[in-house]
Amino acid sequence: MSTTASTQRTAQKTGPKTLAEKVWNDHLVVQGEDGSPDLIYIDLHLVHEVTSPQAFDGLRAEGRPVRRPDLTIATEDHNTPTLAIDRPIVDLTSRTQIETLRRNCEEFGIRLHPLGDIEQGIVHVVGPQLGLTMPGITVVCGDSHTSTHGAFGAMAFGIGTSEVEHVLATQTLPLKPFKTMAITVEGELRPGVSAKDIILAVIAKIGTGGGQGYVLEFRGSAIRALSMEGRMTICNMSIEAGARAGMVAPDETTYAYLKGRPHAPQGADWDAAVAYWNTLATDDDAVFDAEVYLDANELEPFVTWGTNPGQGVSLSETVPEPSSYSDPNDRAAAERALEYMDLAAGTPMKDIRVDAVFMGSCTNSRIEDLRAFASIVRGQKKAEHVRVMVVPGSARVRLEAEAEGLDKVFEEFGAEWRFAGCSMCLGMNPDQLAPGERCASTSNRNFEGRQGKGGRTHLVSPLVAAATAIRGTLSSPWDLAKQEDSAVMEKSA
Amino acid sequence: MEKITTFSGVAVPLRRSNVDTDQIIPAVYLKRVTKTGYEDALFSSWRQDPEFILNDPAYAGATVLFAGQDFGTGSSREHAVWALRDYGFKAVIAPRFGDIFRGNSGKQGLLTGTVDEDLVEQFWERIEAEPGISATVDLVARTVAVGDLVVPFDIDDYTRWRLLEGLDDIGLTLRDEARITEFEGGRESWRPTTLPVR
Repeated sequence: MSTTASTQRTAQKTGPKTLAEKVWNDHLVVQGEDGSPDLIYIDLHLVHEVTSPQAFDGLRAEGRPVRRPDLTIATEDHNTPTLAIDRPIVDLTSRTQIETLRRNCEEFGIRLHPLGDIEQGIVHVVGPQLGLTMPGITVVCGDSHTSTHGAFGAMAFGIGTSEVEHVLATQTLPLKPFKTMAITVEGELRPGVSAKDIILAVIAKIGTGGGQGYVLEFRGSAIRALSMEGRMTICNMSIEAGARAGMVAPDETTYAYLKGRPHAPQGADWDAAVAYWNTLATDDDAVFDAEVYLDANELEPFVTWGTNPGQGVSLSETVPEPSSYSDPNDRAAAERALEYMDLAAGTPMKDIRVDAVFMGSCTNSRIEDLRAFASIVRGQKKAEHVRVMVVPGSARVRLEAEAEGLDKVFEEFGAEWRFAGCSMCLGMNPDQLAPGERCASTSNRNFEGRQGKGGRTHLVSPLVAAATAIRGTLSSPWDLAKQEDSAVMEKSA
Repeated sequence: MEKITTFSGVAVPLRRSNVDTDQIIPAVYLKRVTKTGYEDALFSSWRQDPEFILNDPAYAGATVLFAGQDFGTGSSREHAVWALRDYGFKAVIAPRFGDIFRGNSGKQGLLTGTVDEDLVEQFWERIEAEPGISATVDLVARTVAVGDLVVPFDIDDYTRWRLLEGLDDIGLTLRDEARITEFEGGRESWRPTTLPVR
């Protein structure tokens, strides 16, 4: 039926390999044959309150233990309030779900960082921050944005609740190998353009289903130049292109970020790990199943106009005409999206006025994201009609920001400075848009009703979110510069 | 899991592409800790529109959904599968599915078959011409039929076998437990552990 893991691993070592194939092969417990999937070992399982209760129930029903509590960690993020976190959660169903997670972690011996704990936060911010996310490992979580962790050169992907139960019980998953897609981004980003614009442009280019069945490997000079935060933003949204995982080969930037974090390898383990990690990069002569190129030099700040993340354009463009789509499905989807978004084709994107700005989510809530937002709004006042919410990704990010005085910058700007969690990215807690409200959001999904029933979402980078909060209409830092120029010109005139 | 071989039931044409799992079941329903009883949540926003297809009495008791390209994209929420299942759907036919959604479906006995876009269009037209008409899904033969329109669908061999046999994945994997233990024996010491807390 199947060869043994050790034989197979040796056999798999021959021939040029991509990063994804190397990590996959080193986690093969059983090589599938005759159409059956491979059995893949899971190094790290992240758990949160929403997708786990039914999995723990399943274990209880079968009398199964958690196989490796020491490879499992839980936190509370989706339901948690971002105000008054020391008081009981008002929404009873949310409170029940949180309490259920606490009981389950207690019963099954799983490490939990609950609301109020210094390590609490969005699960995809917490893993990297603790140094648990590292190159060459497999990471899963009952959350599609687990792809975030691929920024470290890990194979990381979201799973459903049945798979959560499967990993809890066996620390493995039966999986069919993914195809590989290289997304090469060469060149240098202009000031005001950031990682978020790269990934939004990639999704617009290949579509929300373009990555389906693939692991995306992001490569090229523009990716190498990115910080870990930037790489996480890009890998985070791989799922928005339909890909379960995105990856970036580890390099000195990765190691510098990781070294010294609480769970990073130490001493001889660190040296052994780095020696191994240095072998992970895709071999020069390896072949990808598909390749996509993007020119970073040409890239402008990017923004979505529709109700899926592939419906995006450069901020300097206009809302597209549905009739410009040759595919009837795309045309129908565009018509529907414009109706939901209450937008007329041909409207310049920069004329679109927003009611709210959300700065947060697992895509953009790390310290560098908050610094980027602060760099634009420092000393400014928000547009009067705009509500601005800044939600750090974790309790630690919040403390770090406060140590740098960013909380003061936000408050003086007129923004609300909140506690950590998923917040208005999906509005499972009280942070929601009202029906008809329009939001520039640094999150990852502009689906109908995602941020609150009837809410309208434009996905943007932290820099665009900041400029938009100042001007009240979709804007980039470039527009602020122009405004200042014209102000100067007016004075001199 | 119940074995699936062949079944017939009312077919529904859902003329929409990119139906993400937030549309199948909005986040507000994800706060429950149970695994059943999600029928009210299915497409709950869209169902408030009286014109929405599932509100047409002709499609009452539907079991086979014909959807557009990229059905089940986005969030990993398995609740989307539970909602479809609890509403009564046994199969979804579409040109392409979100990966995670498709995996979740296979674990819960919801059959997902892919057929080409133009064939989905033919099914839509056929069903719209006779609302309430039945579809027959034959997993053994891998075909889906509405009236005289009989079309082969794609489903991977392994998922098909599991559905035909009604097998539970965890039980299957635990047959290889010795291999898992052997693999764990070779796990390098630099790899992460969450305990003890550092």
